[in-house]
Amino acid sequence: MLASLAPILADLPPLWPTQASAQAGPIDDLYIFLTVVSAVMTILIFVAIIVFAYKYRRRAHPHATQIEGSTKLELAWSISPFLIMLIMFVWGAKLYYAAQNPPKDAMEVFVTGKQWMWKIQYPDGGREIDELHVPVGQPVKLTMASEDVIHSFSIPAFRIRHDVVPGHYDSVWFTPTKPGRYHLFCTEYCGNQHANMIGWVDVMEPKEYANWASGGGAQGTLAEQGEKLFQQFGCSTCHLLDQQGRCPILRGLYNKPVQLNDGRTVTADDAYIRESILDPNAKIVAGFEPNVMPQFKGQVTEENVIQLIAYIKSLSPSTPASQQGVQQRPVVIAPGATGAMPNVKSPATQEKQPR
Amino acid sequence: MATIVQGTPEAVAEPVDYLNVSHTWKSWLFTTDHKRIAVLYLISITLMFVLGGAAAVAFRINLLSPEGVFSAETYNRLFSMHGIIMVFFFLVPSIPATLANFLIPIMIGAKDLAFPRINLLSWYIYVVGALFAIYAVVRGGVDTGWTFYAPFSSTYSNSYVLAAAFGVFIAGFSSILTGLNFIVTVHKMRAPGMTWSRLPLFVWSNYATGLIQVLGTPVLAITMLLLAFERIAHVGIFDPNIGGDPILFQHLFWFYSHPAVYIMILPGMGVISEIISCFSRKRVFGYNFVAFSSMAIAVLSFVVWGHHMFITGESMYSSIAFSILSFLVAVPSAIKVFNWTATMYKGSISFDTPMLYAFGFIGLFTIGGLTGLFLATLATDVATHGTYFVVAHFHYVMVGGMVMAYMGGLHFWWPKITGRMYSEAWSKFSALLVFVGFNLTFFPQFILGYLGMPRRYHNYPPEFQTLNVLSTAGASVLGLGYLLPIIYFLHSLKYGARAGNNPWGAAGLEWQIQSPPTTFNFDETPVVTEEAYNYGPVEEIVG
Repeated sequence: MLASLAPILADLPPLWPTQASAQAGPIDDLYIFLTVVSAVMTILIFVAIIVFAYKYRRRAHPHATQIEGSTKLELAWSISPFLIMLIMFVWGAKLYYAAQNPPKDAMEVFVTGKQWMWKIQYPDGGREIDELHVPVGQPVKLTMASEDVIHSFSIPAFRIRHDVVPGHYDSVWFTPTKPGRYHLFCTEYCGNQHANMIGWVDVMEPKEYANWASGGGAQGTLAEQGEKLFQQFGCSTCHLLDQQGRCPILRGLYNKPVQLNDGRTVTADDAYIRESILDPNAKIVAGFEPNVMPQFKGQVTEENVIQLIAYIKSLSPSTPASQQGVQQRPVVIAPGATGAMPNVKSPATQEKQPR
Repeated sequence: MATIVQGTPEAVAEPVDYLNVSHTWKSWLFTTDHKRIAVLYLISITLMFVLGGAAAVAFRINLLSPEGVFSAETYNRLFSMHGIIMVFFFLVPSIPATLANFLIPIMIGAKDLAFPRINLLSWYIYVVGALFAIYAVVRGGVDTGWTFYAPFSSTYSNSYVLAAAFGVFIAGFSSILTGLNFIVTVHKMRAPGMTWSRLPLFVWSNYATGLIQVLGTPVLAITMLLLAFERIAHVGIFDPNIGGDPILFQHLFWFYSHPAVYIMILPGMGVISEIISCFSRKRVFGYNFVAFSSMAIAVLSFVVWGHHMFITGESMYSSIAFSILSFLVAVPSAIKVFNWTATMYKGSISFDTPMLYAFGFIGLFTIGGLTGLFLATLATDVATHGTYFVVAHFHYVMVGGMVMAYMGGLHFWWPKITGRMYSEAWSKFSALLVFVGFNLTFFPQFILGYLGMPRRYHNYPPEFQTLNVLSTAGASVLGLGYLLPIIYFLHSLKYGARAGNNPWGAAGLEWQIQSPPTTFNFDETPVVTEEAYNYGPVEEIVG
């Protein structure tokens, strides 16, 4: 009996998304709470309407009883729903707050959205398009940039999503909990092939992941790629490593406070370094002249900027553990690890660079 | 139910009314009669509705299979055209420009709106705006969605963005003028004895709508203008490559467009108050609270726009503030739903077509409102933003709510507007089709949304197909449900039974006068001595 139902059930569409991250469970709990409250309220209203419509139908109740209203009732049905809504608010805000604060040991991956593909860069230099590989159980923080329009990075199975706005770094984090292959969607309309800006997230067992990752980047780690660019663009002529050049020393700069010539102090985080590369005159370090460094806006891709930041980051050995952790993908030595990185598409991506 | 006056001596000698007073084109195109302008609007927005609906039918057909039928270009232009036409050229003007335009002067005992010529001007402005939008469609369409997000719209799209944005910009002025006219009319033109506390709730809700139209729409105009500047001259407002900020566009856009959803729904709420009261033969429960809640919605609607940007990178503290404010705006909507339900309590209820639409409205608006809580809640908004969950939510509010109310209102006041009754059987049948078709179309989209299916995808992973097929099946039933009224309404103009002055036995000044009314509505200014919905003396006070 049940067995004959099985093929029918298998053909039914899925009604609930897979839970594949540590975030998914708590968000589903809240979603279920909201659904139950909504269902109860809807049933309440529907039942009241049906009962009143039947009981007071004109044939049975030809004369209406006029009622002015009731302040007590009005207060009751204004305040009690609001109290329930306060629970939703606090619950939702707590989870949202947690989603803004990645754990210190999160592995960092860089994502660049570009009409119509997702480019992924790993700290060890590996690169992919429309594929993201992550080990199960490892918190992952994505730092995301856009080359053109607004995109939105979404993994339904993880219940995570964040817009990727050009001109900004956006970030999102998650801890995958279930090995498998999950959809990755762009959920902000971004033009013609928006529907094809999709990809896959592969959640792998740590061993399997180590196998996959052990090849590393074809052109060295992200920081090494950045160092090459640093030479190639001539940055090293003015940003000397150990002595004062025409431009500030970058060693030890990352995540440190920087005194500006207008008296402000800012932190040399990713966003600051990105801005200083693309638009050097936006913030001038105290004691330095403006208009010394050329603008790199339009000269470098977001991926190049990510490589350069990784290099500058690598010049700060005293970077706190939280930042150290992101330098390397967790290395789990597995026997029989092959040297090749299966999904690497790096030579191709280099050619695909626009401008 | 309908008291049909037929074959009486008055009916033999056809009385003069606003429709038969003159028949020339000129008498219509240069009319300043609010009732004729309402009819002009009714015809125009119905044409736009058919256009927007046709686009919806086309893209629902595309979504029958994961691979789709149309190219990405075509699909993107179809959903953009659907959104732009339905929002700016149908929903925003729908009830205010037609039913409220027709009824507000009559309901408050006035001969016309305060500014009859401005009223006509607003229609011409609307038509010019609509022509720009149609021009954009005919030339090849626009592919930005109705939200026109920059920098896609300002820099990257190579479709007819300027024409469409200009159409929206122009149509905004017609909306401002309508709102302005209502505000002044309600303040200055009320008949003796028509105090604020005696105003029909339909007038209250349109008054609140007028405030939002006047205060909010200029911001939309500014946004569209800046978008045009950016697109033509690359001045660097929204495009980060030249120093602009794309988030600024969203702030400006939603500062209008969130209040705008209340421009769309508030007049519908007014219609429901009138219908529920009439067909329960009972005054509206908690009149003051229902009236006040319209004003509360109008005010609060201006401080919730940030809930469209929880995942856009606005500051976490802004998001938290916008979240709690969004819950706050849900309270006055809840008050209305509870009061409508309580109005039925101990009423004497009949089930004429307008009442069926009102039932549909309460049910579907309740679901639409409650699913809005999922989007006001920060963490669940993150999980559902940009998916079909959002599409389902706003269609429950805008179509399940607003369009239901509009249809209910048309069926309620059709005998007053045209003097004719439509087919009761066909109208009840089509109300049922609309309800069933609507739920079948949009309920599966809630499930699709939480499964993760993104909006605005012309093709999709195969596991989403079953729910999409259901949705398309529902859309065809819904389409039929909307097509039938167009047929039987037109049919009733010639063949419908004479309706008489007050076919529903309703309270309200509009039912005291001739159907269709004369050009100046009243022979002499009425003096109002009783409150709205006086369906009998109050016998009992609860609480």
